Amino acid sequence: MTEKSKRQIAAETKERLVIEDNYIPLVHDDKYILEVNALKKYFPIKDGLLQRVTGHIKAVDGISFKIERGTTMGLVGESGCGKTTAGRTILRLTEKSAGQVLFNGKEVYDYTKKELQAIRPQMQIIFQDPFSSLSPRLPIREIIGEAVREHEIVPRNEFNDYINDIMENCGLQPYHRDRYPHEFSGGQRQRICIARALALNPDFVVCDEPVSALDVSVQAQIINLLMDLQDKFKLTYLFISHDLSVVEHISDTIGVMYLGDLVEFGRKEDIFRMPLHPYTKALFSAIPVPDPTAKINRILIEGSMPSPANPPKGCKFHTRCQSCMEMCKTVVPVQKEIEPGHYVVCHLYNDYEGA
Amino acid sequence: MKDEKIDVNETKATDSNYLSARESHKISRENRRITDQFEKQNKRKNVPESEYTTKMKNPANVVEFDNLHTYFYTDVGVVKAVDGVTFDVPFGKTVGIVGESGCGKSVTSLSLMKLVQRPQGQIVEGEIRFDAGDKVYDIAKTPIEEMYNIRGNMISMIFQEPMTSLNPVFKIGTQIDEVITLHSLDLFHEEMKAAEKSVSNVKPSKESKLMIKARTLEMLDLVGIADSEKVYRMYPHELSGGMRQRVMIAMAIACNPKLIIADEPTTALDVTIQAQILEILMELKDKINSSIMLITHDLGVIAGMADYVVVMYAGRVVEKGTVFEVFKDPAHPYTIGLMAARPGINKEVERLYSIPGKVPNPIDMPNYCYFRDRCEKRIAACDGEYPMEIKLSPTHSVACYLYTEEEYRND
Repeated sequence: MTEKSKRQIAAETKERLVIEDNYIPLVHDDKYILEVNALKKYFPIKDGLLQRVTGHIKAVDGISFKIERGTTMGLVGESGCGKTTAGRTILRLTEKSAGQVLFNGKEVYDYTKKELQAIRPQMQIIFQDPFSSLSPRLPIREIIGEAVREHEIVPRNEFNDYINDIMENCGLQPYHRDRYPHEFSGGQRQRICIARALALNPDFVVCDEPVSALDVSVQAQIINLLMDLQDKFKLTYLFISHDLSVVEHISDTIGVMYLGDLVEFGRKEDIFRMPLHPYTKALFSAIPVPDPTAKINRILIEGSMPSPANPPKGCKFHTRCQSCMEMCKTVVPVQKEIEPGHYVVCHLYNDYEGA
Repeated sequence: MKDEKIDVNETKATDSNYLSARESHKISRENRRITDQFEKQNKRKNVPESEYTTKMKNPANVVEFDNLHTYFYTDVGVVKAVDGVTFDVPFGKTVGIVGESGCGKSVTSLSLMKLVQRPQGQIVEGEIRFDAGDKVYDIAKTPIEEMYNIRGNMISMIFQEPMTSLNPVFKIGTQIDEVITLHSLDLFHEEMKAAEKSVSNVKPSKESKLMIKARTLEMLDLVGIADSEKVYRMYPHELSGGMRQRVMIAMAIACNPKLIIADEPTTALDVTIQAQILEILMELKDKINSSIMLITHDLGVIAGMADYVVVMYAGRVVEKGTVFEVFKDPAHPYTIGLMAARPGINKEVERLYSIPGKVPNPIDMPNYCYFRDRCEKRIAACDGEYPMEIKLSPTHSVACYLYTEEEYRND
């Protein structure tokens, strides 16, 4: 009896630890530079003497979206909702757990190490913190030029001119070449980070909270720069930020993440005109408006985000949701298309027949 | 700070940034001489009360900053972090202080607490009048010893980074208890106070300990922590960012302070948590009837919370007024720029406005409007001395040559 129950427990645990990897494979459409399908990234929790895996942190739990060429997608959510992990997993900076990432129609995770290296210049990332993402021991020309040389973007005799060119495009002066990161202010460092990413002629750039660490006026400069560069080099951005007003300014499409799920996704205009998911609504109402006369109907979300290691059953948002129904506590909602291109994952819209 | 100057004028910047060893040595020796004098003043014992008590100019104010100068004597020169700041905090009101990093907003509040890094940082000139009820302190002259009675008890502070300002090795309960034990002694521990033991030696009796705990739990409930009994026994690392900030607020209000200084209380938090925390602060302000000095760089937070706004730039107040005045018709070009630079929901702009140039080097500030070199509305008069404060209305004033006193009179 005891033997059996032990085995049962073991089986149950095993079941829990298996990461489901079932999705309908995508058909590539050349309109999109990036297609993400049911992408999952679980981090194992190890415990005990033998460091057995006892559970998973479900950082990204099955997200799907597509980004058109030359557009910007904004990814918003509270800290810990998995937006940064999503960005990194898409670039294969960490390995995925399940799902599909198609970049220019090819699965990023099918590349061998060598092939991946060859494709790397096309997809770049700008990190959040310009203070810790620049090597303090390298001069600026090396920080920007190291990868250019490695990938042989330009012939050796044109190297210097090329670096100067990139620096000028990003608002840096040529005499900054020989300086070290500590000699620059926050805004300038972020320009260096942008220059480093752009030096490789990428098609797609993940911007991981590029303006969060900066002052308001510098923030405006960097946002303007990013938008100018997008026009100039026909870039596609995945813009990760927790600041909704910045995301609204820069994005064409917006995805809202909560606890590893993409709860709402659609064009910017649609989402701001008609936010559907209760979480999106609450998020929007929480933005402070710089107008003392404005009366906003604040929807306050109670409590804080549950642990992604043990997310609530059913809809993950039900513990904090104001329009929580009985059904939300048990049944996992599925993605519904409410308007063309406007998706939501919420039981409130179950009866809604697609437009 | 040093690199701020890079873009302004390349060659000049490198020259003036360079200090030979001898020069540097000379500066530090001179600094030592000056700061030693200040320290002597600060450390005196048995200072007569008449020396640091004063009178409020307006009895409706809890704090009056009057021409405050706080300087830092660094090895590369004197940094005038706060250079002639004047504003008032009325009773029961919220005053928001806005500005970019390095504009001196935090140093202003630290001066009020006398927590500026000593001996380099010193209040050089000016008065900070604080109405403590029975007497009015001039904080600038108050000796350190006397400050222990004011800090935490009458003025308390909520810091930006709740993780670094809570002690990781003590439980939440212990940390809040300590504040109450140290400051609200008269509430719980009369016999000990009668014995006039020094504050740090007091060991509260069992009954008073229970009362202190009850007070702590009450405070935790007040800031919206549902399971206060459980949180009382937790360590800071077990709490989320929003919960930690609540604990910080509970700690700040534990002694019913007259003034709460909130130094970027929500900058490290998410929008949804930020909304919760701001809600709590608003409610509490009315409940315990205190004033709030809210320091932030987020204009949205100020608009929602504050009654008065003070805009600071490079250590000086460039504009102040009621929240309606400043947001409806901002006068100073810097305020206007700051508002235009922020992307807003439902604010359709192709390009964000960005203020050209950078904050000037705080060492050797020029004797003209500090914003002159970045200003797009610069006129001939701007080459003159630093502009005087000009009143646009009884409550709204601005330091800019674009405006004249007559305009107000005509209105």
